[in-house]
Formats: sequence, structure tokens, C-alpha cells
Amino acid sequence: MYRSQKLSLRYFTAAIVLFGVMILFGLLSALYYLYPSMLFNVFNFSTSKILHIDTLVIWLLMAFMGAVYWYLPKELGREIEGMWLAEATFWVFCAVVAVVALVFVFVQYGSASEFSLWFINQGRKYVEAPRWASIGVVAVMLVFAYNVIGTAVKARKMTGIMWVLVLDLIPLLLVYLDAFPAPTNLSVDLYWWWWLVHMWVESTWEVLIGCVMALVLMDVMGTPRRIVEAWLYIEVMLVLGAGILGLGHHYFWIGTPRYWLGIGGFFSALEPLPLLGMVVHSIYDAGMHRMKTANRPAFFWITAEAFGNFIGAGVWGFMMTLPQINLFSHGTQWTVSHGHFAFYGAYVCGVLAVFYVAKQKIAGVDFLDGRAWRWSFALFNFGMVGMVMGLLISGMAQAFYGRAIGGSTLMAFTQASENPWFLAGMYARMGFGVIFALGYVVLVYDLLTAPRRALVAQPAPLEPA
Amino acid sequence: MKLEGAATRGTRTGLDLTDPNFWRAGAISTTLVMLVVLAFLSIDSMRVISVGGAHVPRYDVVNQHIGYRYDWSRRADVPVIGGAEPLFGVTLTEAQATALVREGKLVIQSRACMDCHTFFGNGAYYGPDLTKSWLDPAWPQIWMPMTGKPTREEAMVAFLMHPDQYPTWNRRMPNLRLSEREARATVTYLKWMSAIDTNGFPANFGQTHAQQ
Repeated sequence: MYRSQKLSLRYFTAAIVLFGVMILFGLLSALYYLYPSMLFNVFNFSTSKILHIDTLVIWLLMAFMGAVYWYLPKELGREIEGMWLAEATFWVFCAVVAVVALVFVFVQYGSASEFSLWFINQGRKYVEAPRWASIGVVAVMLVFAYNVIGTAVKARKMTGIMWVLVLDLIPLLLVYLDAFPAPTNLSVDLYWWWWLVHMWVESTWEVLIGCVMALVLMDVMGTPRRIVEAWLYIEVMLVLGAGILGLGHHYFWIGTPRYWLGIGGFFSALEPLPLLGMVVHSIYDAGMHRMKTANRPAFFWITAEAFGNFIGAGVWGFMMTLPQINLFSHGTQWTVSHGHFAFYGAYVCGVLAVFYVAKQKIAGVDFLDGRAWRWSFALFNFGMVGMVMGLLISGMAQAFYGRAIGGSTLMAFTQASENPWFLAGMYARMGFGVIFALGYVVLVYDLLTAPRRALVAQPAPLEPA
Repeated sequence: MKLEGAATRGTRTGLDLTDPNFWRAGAISTTLVMLVVLAFLSIDSMRVISVGGAHVPRYDVVNQHIGYRYDWSRRADVPVIGGAEPLFGVTLTEAQATALVREGKLVIQSRACMDCHTFFGNGAYYGPDLTKSWLDPAWPQIWMPMTGKPTREEAMVAFLMHPDQYPTWNRRMPNLRLSEREARATVTYLKWMSAIDTNGFPANFGQTHAQQ
């Protein structure tokens, strides 16, 4: 095992811990909708929500970094350049996250001053972490980029996947610089904020997870590099071809010119295409290998990733991306439904596949299967689909009663939120959220337990020997 | 492994659809073209959404009445800037208005308003959208009588300083310890923001406003 793969395991551990924190504050945030007087004036909904969405970003980022540290030495055939720096950076990263979380929990907010933005809370969605911590994240990403690029230079070797990865890190880092400014004009503020949020979630992260999935496919299914690379380029072409101007679907209502309605609507309608391509790719691959794999949990999670990405990000996004619909759905629980499904399908499923690749390596078995992972797989998927459906019903109630009929006033918002359809969806979300959390418990149990001998044996070959 | 048709034609054109290099060229050129288009659109958008641009008014618009009505040619609700209506009865210079709106933005960020509310539909969905909250009928109908204040802006300040004392339903806003100065700056920000042309968002708000 390479030294950087040990670092990967540390990143995966931290990611799983933060995944748990995210679920915990997700459940708490959901509970506020059912018991609004809970913790009133003591611990605000906003703080709970910040901890839910910021841990989401950080745990996925840590898991991506872990995945890259895992595959980089295998890909380039040499240990990582600047390993001690990478190891030190991990602890710095963890310390920064811990301090920010403690300040959020115990201080929550500050007065209207630059001091608050530097040390308490920036109050910009997804990048609420104060500026000092954002600088920390930039430093971590710089070290990460140095590790990747430095290793490639030292190895005097580049693969197609590595080129995509390195080039992807540049915009990933550049758009994060928008985590710092606080323009007074909210239209300008949100214009650039979307470059950060959209270009991360709908562009650079999609490319990054595409690279990781390519590496996992070669690892788990033995897909030839030539096929994987051709698919990766096609995905990059479609993701960026549709996604860069698909940015326009965030520019419908923030004060921006009207042409964004057409441009954003058209290009974001194309965004499901690469995700559909991934589904085709995975079915094709699975068929080629007659579903034979050395790592069954990883294989199932990759398949879930392909379908989840297409349905959650693609179909659910398309459902509300045309401006005629978005005028009513934007900023309701409908958006939340899409957000949950998309993050889960596009990123969580893929990252879980990587965790199981790592587990197989540690266990040192040729074939990984078992019983517990099936339970967590089922609980996670069932819980997520249930939550998403509940949120969709609530969101549609808001769009119909609050927006279309009520005319989007404060009282219309109130009335829509007391509508039985809205409340039914909220109760469903809470219940299925608990099921999702059970999936997490089983996942942690399964990852921590060594595979049993009886299940380690190779399956009977499909063809008669 | 080549596609049947491509294999025979490939000998003449050199086109091989399973060749990664073909798709790499496609990925690079597509990305570059899209980035260039985005750059031009962004330059134009900045012109429109800068303060004083076609869609975003100057900060001293808070000295004027802000109306809202359906525009048949645009088929969307649009803000209408009217005659003098100074906020808190004081006409501000442009510099004063800018300073106040800037402080309002600092309040909004430091209190993480967008982690309960939405602005232009962006943020969190626990509290109502605030894009047009300055124009909302709830201020004259509910909060002015409740706070006993004679004007909309004073009712807003009273509410923002002690939201826990003026509840209207079971989801209440917590007390975020706004000073009077901070509350006034926030109200100024909300009035300025209501004058931004948002292509008709939020839906049907213009009709409600016209019925007031």
C-alpha cells in the first residue's frame, strides 16, 4: 500500500464522520418544520441548516481528495510528491473544520461588521465559513494541486484521466476565490456566487467524479483504458458543453437580462444528456462483463451513481429548469427535492463506491461481498427516494398555493406552509430521513467489520469450466 | 472494436469514433467555445445589473415611491419608480444612501438571513422570500396595527428588532439582536432591492400588489 493511500483512509474516515454530522443536522433541520418552537431563540434553524449544507460540501470534497490520493500513485506508478505536506495539511483541514463548526454552534452570528465576516459567519449559502477558514480551504486545495501536478511532473508520465483531473483543478480552485467578496449589490453578488456554486456542483465536480468513476471502473470491472478515456472525454464535452451556459438557469430572476431565460432554459435542458450517457455506459459495461465483478458493493454503488445522477440531477433538474415552471418552483421545497436527489445520485453514490474499493484493499480479499452492505444500500436508496418524494409534494403545494394562487406574499407563504399537502410531505421527509440515517449506521458498521471468510470465496464461474 | 459503418469509411476519412483523441478534441473545442460565449454574456450582464444599470436602480432610489405592476409588453411584473417618498422622512444624498445600503448588506450577511429566507428565490426555505418584502401587504395589514407604528418602515424596524414579540404564525423569527441602526439599514436595503427588475419573480406578486 502506498503512503498516500494511508492518507486516503484518513480522508475517508473524516469524510464519513462529517457525513454523519450532516445527517444529524439534516434530521434536526427537518424537525424544525414539524416543531417550529423547538430551541426557539436558543439554536436557530439557520445554524442547523448551515451545518447541514456546509458539512455536505466538506465531506464530499474530502472524499474526492481521498479518492485522488488513492488512485494517483497507482495511475502514475510512483509515490506522491510532497507527501509530508499533504499529511500535515490533512490535520490543518480537520482543525479548521472543527473550529468553524464550534463557532457556528456556540456563536452563531455576529454584528454588522467586517469582523463578523472574517471570524464568525459570512452568511453566503454554502460558503458561510468565515473568511479565515476560506483561506484555509484555498491553502488545502493548493497543496492538493501541488501533490497532483508535482507527482505527474516527477513521474514524467501523464494519462488521459490525469490530464482531465489536472485541468479540472484549475477552475475548481479559481471559482472558489469568489468565497471572499461581499458586494453590496445583491444581483452582482449572486451573479458571481453562482459561478462558484454552479461551476463546482454542475461542472468541475461532475468532471472530477467522472475521473474517479473512470478509475473505479478500470479497478472493479477491468474496463479497458481506451474505452474509459473515450467515455470520459465524451462526458466532459457534454457536461461542459451544456453546463457552462446552463449556468443561465440561475440567472432567470436575480436582476439579469431577459436573454438568460432562453439561453439558460435551452442549455440546462441539455444537461441531462451526459448523465444519460453514463447510464448507457454503465449498462453496456455491466452487460459486457455479465455483471461479474470483484467488488459487488462498489459495483452496485457505481450503478446507483449512474442512475441516481441521471434521475436526481438530470430528470429532477429538467422538471423545474424551464423558466415557465421555474418562476413557480424556484425557492420552494421543490428545489430542495432536486438538491437532495442530485447530490446523492451524482456524488454520494460514487464516493461510497470508492469507500468499498478501499475496504477491499484493506481486507486483502479478491472478491468482496457480504450482507450488511445490501441493507445499507437498500436503506439509503429507499430513504432518499422517500425524502425526495415528500419534498416534491411539499414543494408543489408551495408552488400552487403560495405562488400561483396566493401571489407570493408573506401571508401566501404562511398559508401554503400550513396546507395539508405541504405538511404531509414534511412528515414523510422526516420519516424517510430516519430510514436514511439507519442506512448510515449500517454503512459504518459494514465498513468497520472485516469481511467474513465464507463470503470471501469466489462465486461460481458463469460458464461451465 | 469499431462501429461497422465507421470502420469502412474510417479508412478514407480517418474518423474513428472509438478513438479517445477524437473526443478529446471535441471536449477541448466545445469547452473553449462555451467559455468565450459566457465571457461576452457576462460582460453584457454586468452592464445591466450594475447599480444604475437597466435592471438595478441607484441606491438613492430609496428616496422615492416604489410601485409594482404588470407590464403587458414584457408579460411580467415590473417595478415602477414614482415620486418622492423619503424613507423615515429623511431625503438621503447618494453617498448617504450607499453607506446605509452597504451596512444593510452587512447585517444580512452577518445574521445569515439567507439561511432561513430567500432573496430572488436563493437561500433557505424556512422563512418567506424577501425579494419584494418592502411592498408586501402584510406590513400595513398586520404589523403596523400590531406594532402601533404609523409607517411601514417604522413597523419593519420594530419587527426586526423584536421579531419574537410580533408573531403571526407558528414559525417565528428568532431575535437576532439587531440595533436600531442595523434595523434601519436593513429596511433601506429591502426597499432598494424591491426596485430591482427581476423578470417577474416572484410569481403573481404584481396582481396582489395591485389589489392593495
